[in-house]
This record gives sequence, structure tokens and C-alpha cells, in this order.
Amino acid sequence: MLSVRDLHKRFGELRAVDGVSFELAKGGITGLIGPNGAGKTTLFNTLCGTIQADGGEVELDGTRLDRLPAHRILHAGLARTFQIPRPFPEMTVLENVMIAPLNQPGETFWNAWFRRGTVASAERRIRERAMEVLEFTTLAHLAGEPARSLSGGQKKLLELARVLIAEPKIILLDEPAAGVNPALMEVLVDKIVSLNRQGITFLLIEHNMDLVMSVCDPVMVMAQGAMLCVGDAETVRNDPRVLAVYLGEAP
Amino acid sequence: MMGYVSYLSFFLTLALIYGIATMGLNMQWGFTGLFNAGVVGFFAIGGYAYAIVIGPDRPDLVGGFELPFVIGLLGALAFSALAALIVGLATMRLRSHYLAISTFGIALTIQLVALNFESLTAGNLGLIGLGRPLEDAFDTPLGFNLFYLGLMVVATLVVYGALQLILHSPWGRVLRAIREDEEAAISLGKNVSRFRLEAFVIGCSLMGLAGAFYVGSIGYISPFDFLPIVTFQIWTMLILGGSGNNRGAILGAIVVWGVWTSSGWLISTVLPPAWQVRGAASQVILIGLILVLTLLYRPRGLIGERVTVSSGAKLNDR
Repeated sequence: MLSVRDLHKRFGELRAVDGVSFELAKGGITGLIGPNGAGKTTLFNTLCGTIQADGGEVELDGTRLDRLPAHRILHAGLARTFQIPRPFPEMTVLENVMIAPLNQPGETFWNAWFRRGTVASAERRIRERAMEVLEFTTLAHLAGEPARSLSGGQKKLLELARVLIAEPKIILLDEPAAGVNPALMEVLVDKIVSLNRQGITFLLIEHNMDLVMSVCDPVMVMAQGAMLCVGDAETVRNDPRVLAVYLGEAP
Repeated sequence: MMGYVSYLSFFLTLALIYGIATMGLNMQWGFTGLFNAGVVGFFAIGGYAYAIVIGPDRPDLVGGFELPFVIGLLGALAFSALAALIVGLATMRLRSHYLAISTFGIALTIQLVALNFESLTAGNLGLIGLGRPLEDAFDTPLGFNLFYLGLMVVATLVVYGALQLILHSPWGRVLRAIREDEEAAISLGKNVSRFRLEAFVIGCSLMGLAGAFYVGSIGYISPFDFLPIVTFQIWTMLILGGSGNNRGAILGAIVVWGVWTSSGWLISTVLPPAWQVRGAASQVILIGLILVLTLLYRPRGLIGERVTVSSGAKLNDR
């Protein structure tokens, strides 16, 4: 469903993403691993339009994402979360989620003046749906709290809740387990797996190998801006090239 | 006694006029995080547009259409919105202090245009003899002052009510999100440039409307009324009152205008004539002092913003 062809991004002399191509099948959880500086987050930012690619194509179910402005990417069905979570800190948990549904009638200011009934009924539906998503992500009891008061793991869950309500086809998670306590991580993994069963495709960057090995198939390995190898967890783990990039070349 | 009432109503009239401009700035800064340091420029455009639309015909000047008060207000809204649209399209890609520097420069330019475009603005002489609404219907200045104060109370309530509706809607929720984290807002599919431009134009139109009310209350317009100090006064009103809250904006306008006028009165009565010019400079220092002290000791202002922005997301306990 997501195909990336020969994607390039350079920063001066650094080839951060250097001719990356891959295909993601619908309904999978794909892991993206690689040493620090391999270009994983830059690849994510390029897919999401945050960074303009220098060349290459990104296509999601027939829509060319690389031609869309960054704010249209979610409309096309691709959502992302951030490595360091970025909820809106001074807004409540509930509002963080309520802001995310696409094409809300109340987002047009004259509707708030002249079509108040439409806006109010849309708000009731959005709020109901937001509470369901918060129940699902175990954050419902925090609905009225400002997002800044959440723990690191709760912020990751909030980011997940926030993109879920926009009903994306595919979610890109940038290090979902980083800085999350083990108990909450179990919850997070559990939610990812259950969403995947409901049909959402995932691509996740992760350094926690236990997580990668247990839920991701296939696993893609990036090094120095290029895709090194792709395979199931077992294959990747035993690939000598992967060991080499993580541990340094064998003497 | 009547003199005091008359003066008090004139004082409150101006305070409410600044309150309207402060609400415009609140939409830009308090909600969207747009650093508009050129408030006075849009205040001036509104004032001049109003003066030109309603003013008497003068053979040597362009304009002077002698149209009714309400048309003057609409003209002020339209011209300040148009100016904001042009400035906004040119500057909305700029972030924080870059936007501040460019809007500050634009406001200075607007003041210089007012000072030098003599065939339109009469230059440093200003436009005088602008009729005030229903002026002839009142026998005394007190009557007019009370009438105009009533008009400003109504205008303030209308602006406040209209703004509450849109600021506490999903639209206002997106503005708050943009202030909090623009990149996250973009990743959630929000067309941030559109929202920023809308907030900038609506905010600047209110500054223009305030400019028109200002000229309407005093009956003349001079380019020396539009110096950068006005921008700083309005900023101080917003920060002291409570950025992100329109009730704070109105309260801040009344308090800061009170400090400004009473300190001016004190200087003119206490200081000997030779010291008065120097004394006037201390008024500016006083405004700066209020701003800095508020930021240091009460950064949320007298009335802070509420945690929940949109009325649809209100929970019972807050």
C-alpha cells in the first residue's frame, strides 16, 4: 500500500537518505531499525512532508504523497507520532484529541458564527469519539488534565490517541517505547497489536529489540542513509551485515 | 462634579477603544502566538480610512466623502483587513521575532506615509473638523461623552461576544494548537498558514475598528497619534490583563490606560514647567516597568487563560 521509490535527501555533503526504496504491504507491522544517525527519522520526516525530499517518489494507495504539502499528508491517510512526544502542552488531554479529526465544520470561523447548530452537533460527536479513543488508550481518567502534566509514556499514548481519531490507514511511530516505563510499554504494545488486527498498518522506528523481535514482521535495517536489508526478525538478527553496522566491522 | 463625570466617561471611552484593539492582539498573540509589533499601524489605517470616508470635502485633498458614521466604521474594517491581508501574505512565513521586526517596520512606514502623503492625510497638520456622530443632538460635552461611552460599551460587548464564539470553537482550538506546537498541528492535517492568516487579518481589523472609534471620539486625526508607544501600551494591556483571555484584555486596557492618564495628570500638576518634557518620558518608563514586572511576577496576567479552549470540550469540574 505504501511504496517508496529511490528517495533521496541530502544535507550539504551528508546523504541522510540515500536512494531508499521499499514496499509496505497492507496490514503489517514493519520495524525500522539501524544505528543512530542511519537516517531513520529523516526518512520519516521525508515521508510526512516535514522535510522536502530531493528526489524519489512516495505513494500511498495510488496518491503521490511527495507532491502534497505537509498538512495534506494525514488527509491522504498517513499519520505519524514524534520521537520526543509533542502533545499541545497547555491544552487538556481531551482537547488534544478533539483537535485531530479531519474536516471539522467548526474549523471554519464563520461556521462558528452562522452555523452554530452544525458545529455543536459535530462537537458532540467528536467528543464522544474522543472519549472512546481515550478509553482505548487508558487515558480517559486524565481527560481534563493539561497534557504537560502527563508522564512520558502517557504522552506517547496521547499521541497515538490523537492520530487514531483521524482514522489513518497507516501510522508511523518514531520510537514508541523510548522513555516509557515497562508497565506502560506493555499497554502500548498491546494497543498497537490490537489496532493492527483492526486493519491499521504500522511502520515503527525502534531501538528496543525485544519489542521489534516480538511484534515486527518484516524488519528493515537502515545504515548510512541506505536500506541494508529486509527480512523477518530472525533473518535480520543473524545477518552478518547487520551485526557489522551495530558492532563495527569484524577485524 | 459634572466635569469629573465628563472626564471619567472620556477616560473610559478611550480605555474601551484600546480594549478592542487589545482583543485583536489577543487573537494574534494570546491564541495563535503571532508576534505583531505593528499594532499601531493598523490602528492608524483604520483611523485614516474612517476620517477619509466620513470627513468633509476639502478641495485640495483626495477623499472627504461625508458618508455616515457606520459607513466610516465599515471602511475602517475593510481597509485595515486589506492591509493586513497584504502584510500577512508577505510575512506569515516568518516566525516570532522576525515577524515582530517586520511588523514593527511596517507600522513605522505607515506612520511616515500618514505624515508625508499630504494630498490624502494633510500631513503633519492632520485632518481636523471631522464631525462626531450625533454631536449636534447634545447641548453639552457631557451629553456627547456619555452617549459615546454608551456606544463603546455596546461595541465592546458586541466584539467580545463575537470573538468568544469563534475563539472557543474548534477554530480557536486550532489557533491554540498552532501557538503550542506548529509542527504537530501540521502533522494533524491543519493548514497552519490559513489559520495564521485568518487570525492576523481578523485581529488587525479590530485594531482598525478601534482606530476608527478613536478618531470618532475626538473628531480629528494626526499622524503624531500613531507612534510606536501605542503598540507598547496595547501590548502591556494584554500582558497585564492576561494573554489568552479577552476579559483580561479589557481589564488590562482599563488599568494600563488608568496608569497612563493618572501619571500624565500627576506630571502636569506636580512638576515645574521646565521639567514636564522630561517627566513625560517617565510615563513611557512606567509602561515598560509594568510590562517587565508582570512578566516577572505574574506571567499569566491578572486573569489567566482557561485550560480548556473550546466550549465543546468543557468538563464539569473546570
